[in-house]
Formats: sequence, structure tokens, C-alpha cells
Amino acid sequence: MSEHNTQHTEEHAHDEHAGLSKAKIWQVFFILLGITVVEFVIALVILPKGLMGHTAGNIAYILLTLLKAYYIVAFFMHLKYEKTGLQLTLGLAFIFIIYFIVLMLIEGGYLHIHMST
Amino acid sequence: MDSLSQLDQVKTTPWSGGRSPWSVEYGKIMMWFFLLSDAFTFSSLLVYYGAQRFTKFTWPDPDLVFQSIPGVIESGAPLVFVGIMTFILIMSSVTMVLAVEAGHRRAKKEVTGWMIATVIGGFMFLGCQALEWTHLHHEGFWWGTIPEPEKLKEFFVGPVSEVAAQQFANLFFTITGFHGFHVFTGVLLNIIILIMTINGTFEKRGHYLMVEKVGLYWHFVDLVWVFVFTFFYLV
Repeated sequence: MSEHNTQHTEEHAHDEHAGLSKAKIWQVFFILLGITVVEFVIALVILPKGLMGHTAGNIAYILLTLLKAYYIVAFFMHLKYEKTGLQLTLGLAFIFIIYFIVLMLIEGGYLHIHMST
Repeated sequence: MDSLSQLDQVKTTPWSGGRSPWSVEYGKIMMWFFLLSDAFTFSSLLVYYGAQRFTKFTWPDPDLVFQSIPGVIESGAPLVFVGIMTFILIMSSVTMVLAVEAGHRRAKKEVTGWMIATVIGGFMFLGCQALEWTHLHHEGFWWGTIPEPEKLKEFFVGPVSEVAAQQFANLFFTITGFHGFHVFTGVLLNIIILIMTINGTFEKRGHYLMVEKVGLYWHFVDLVWVFVFTFFYLV
């Protein structure tokens, strides 16, 4: 049993030490900053000039936001380097959120038509 | 080898017991599960906000509501102030992850330095949010309160809806308030971790795992802001 424990702690210590390098941290920071700048360009230049429709703009915002979320969760929160089991446990739960969004869109669409007066 | 001795063999797969299958420390897993539940709370609030906005024919235009830098420019600068707030929060996320990185090397001085930077970033964000709230409150928005009809026109591009304005006000203060409460809690946790680092608690313990756990929480707060920023200020 004690043999098992030592083996476990060593393995553990090794895993915990596999952190992000400083170079990678700053790389992720500049990616996040870059995406935010792109969002600002869409909001302050592209949309006012009418180069892109509002629906397309909103879709772009949401995709860029999800991209930013990916970089924060994968690198800053280190989830990319965790075991697949943990990734799935945390990720699959968001099926319920997607389902909730779909439900609220259906409900909202109904109200949008029937409460217009 | 008969079948019975086969049963006695020690299995070594991750899930056959005697080890942590995810190789993640217990407290860290629990922090992840707490954050998952918290993500559901924030999602519910934001999805409701989205549904309300989708239902209404008109909605206060973010570029008209948020166009001031409190104390500097009264109007005509949409997104600038919230851009500063976003930058502060991303920056404090970076200093946090640098503290975690220093923790892996057990460099006490560096952890202390980066934690101080993270705490300062948290306070700066809270200060900005206080200014933003004060500004909107002076405009006439609050829970259950909207500006006078004459003033309200300034915030809409098309037709004015008092119901939409009220929904916007309530949800803006509730959601950014709930997020601000998380930031405030995060700053308190960061201060506790900072004091523990200075006292050498983690040095004696031999690892800086506690910095990682609080770090997860702090990054989550940043993550939520990314969504709040998109749905309140951009869309």
C-alpha cells in the first residue's frame, strides 16, 4: 500500500509541475488582446460603415467570444493538459446550457410574434 | 496460471483503484465542480437576458448607453471605458497565471510579487465598475428605475420602449453586480493567499497548489467577464 502511495505522489508531483512556460503565457495574452482588438474594430469601424450586417456582426462577436473562452479555459485554467476524463466531465455538462438556449430562443420567438402589440 | 490467480493480479489501469484517475488533487477537482455550477448560474442569467432582448422589438443601444469615460469624457466614446476594464481583467489573469508558474518553481518572492499585482488589478477593476455604476445611476437607470421619457429617447436608435429599458436596467445591474461580487470575493481570496505566501505557509507545505486553486477561480471570473462584455456592450 505504501509503495502505491509513493508512486502516486511522485506521479502527482510530476503532473503538477508540468505548467505553462512564461513564453506561452504571454503568447496567450497577446492572442486574447488581439481577439479583443478585432471585436473593437468590428464594433467601431466595420459595423458603422455598413461593411457587415448586424446579424453577421453578432455571429462574429459570439464566435470570437467562444474563441477567447477556449484560450482562457484551455491554457490559463490548464484544462488542455488535464486528463480526457476531466475534460469530458466538465465539457459535456454544457449540453444542458445549449438546450436551455434553444428552449429560450423558441420561447422568445413565440413572444416576439405574439406580444408585438 | 489458473483463473483464480488471474483475479488476484493487481490491475494498473487508471480506474482500477489505488490512484487518482485524473491525477488532479482533490481540492482542485472540487474547485472545478464549483466553477461548473457557477457557470450554470451565470449562463442562466445571460440566457434570460438574451431571451428578453430577442423578444423585444427595440432595446437600448449599447453604443448610446455606454459612451462615457466617467470623469474624463461625458459622451461620444463608446466602448473605450469598458475596453480599459476588459484589459485590466485580462492583465490580472496573466499576473495570476504567472504567480502559478512561479509557484511551480517554489519561488516565494515571485509568487508574492505577482499576487500583489493581481490584487491591484482586481481593485482597479472594481473601482472602474463603481464609476460605471455611478454614471448609469446618474443617468437614471437603477433596479426598478429608468430615466424620464425625454431623457430615455437618447438611449434608443428606433422606437422607445419603457419595458425594454427597465428589463435592460434590472438585468445590467443584476448580472454585472453578481459578477462584481465574484470579483470582490476573488480579491479577498487573493489577499488571503498573498498573506499565506508571505508567511511562508506554502513553503512549509512544500507546494503552492492553493495558488492554483484560487487561480482557477480568478480565471473563471475573467471568463465570465468575456461573456458579459460581449452580450452587454458589443451585441
